[in-house]
Amino acid sequence: MDIAKSLAVYRKAIDLRAQRHEVLASNIANADTPNYKARDFDFGEAMKGAASRWDEQKNLGLAHTSSRHFMTRGGGADYRLQFRNEYQSAVDGNTVEMDVERAQIADNALQYQILTQLISSRFQGLRTAMSGTQG
Amino acid sequence: MSLFNVFQVSSSAMTAQSMRLNTVASNLANADSIVSSDGKPYRSKQVVFEAVPVSAGNEASSGVRVRQIVESAAPQRMVYDPKNPAADEKGYVAFPNVNVVEEMTNMISASRSYQTNVEVMNTAKSMMLRTLQIGQG
Repeated sequence: MDIAKSLAVYRKAIDLRAQRHEVLASNIANADTPNYKARDFDFGEAMKGAASRWDEQKNLGLAHTSSRHFMTRGGGADYRLQFRNEYQSAVDGNTVEMDVERAQIADNALQYQILTQLISSRFQGLRTAMSGTQG
Repeated sequence: MSLFNVFQVSSSAMTAQSMRLNTVASNLANADSIVSSDGKPYRSKQVVFEAVPVSAGNEASSGVRVRQIVESAAPQRMVYDPKNPAADEKGYVAFPNVNVVEEMTNMISASRSYQTNVEVMNTAKSMMLRTLQIGQG
């Protein structure tokens, strides 16, 4: 069993959660900027995209077969930023709705916490397996 | 790590909001200043926000900065007071075009936005601390 591979899904998910937090933080930061349009991405779709590319190349990121190849930082952006549909329009053209953004931030942070716990319990399982015969 | 960008984004917003609060304080303090440093009545100042990417090529996160501070074009408040040394030949004194109610709502809005950004920052911080705790249980 490859430990890194078994954690790869969690790694991708936690990475996307962190990036989504960044996008949502930008929305909240620009809540008073005229003509700013709130953005977000679909987590499920991004995860699906990452998984399908995974099957194609079996790892994330570009193959590095020569010393003259550039190193890449993983497979690039997996998500597609989209503009949020607004419920109520503002006079200054801003589409940030604070209640929506706050709810999404809370949800995202909780999901992130769940992922950290899942990764922890995966390690816990390995530790139990290693110390199984030692009482 | 992308969570560090959240600190940049939120702190840029906090800086911008505190500048907005600064102009509110200046406007309210000078709501009755009929002579300012240039000899004319004080004019209300307003900040203009602008979204800026925190790093080149990163479209996901954009911070805020104050693009410019504009002087309000609203007409000045004319008060009839012939005894005032600043009165014109018809006896009217030009008072600053500061709208006190508008400034108060501006102040509340700036302080709420500031608070929200602090909370977003705290959320990012607790997420990062959670990450550091992975495997420590």
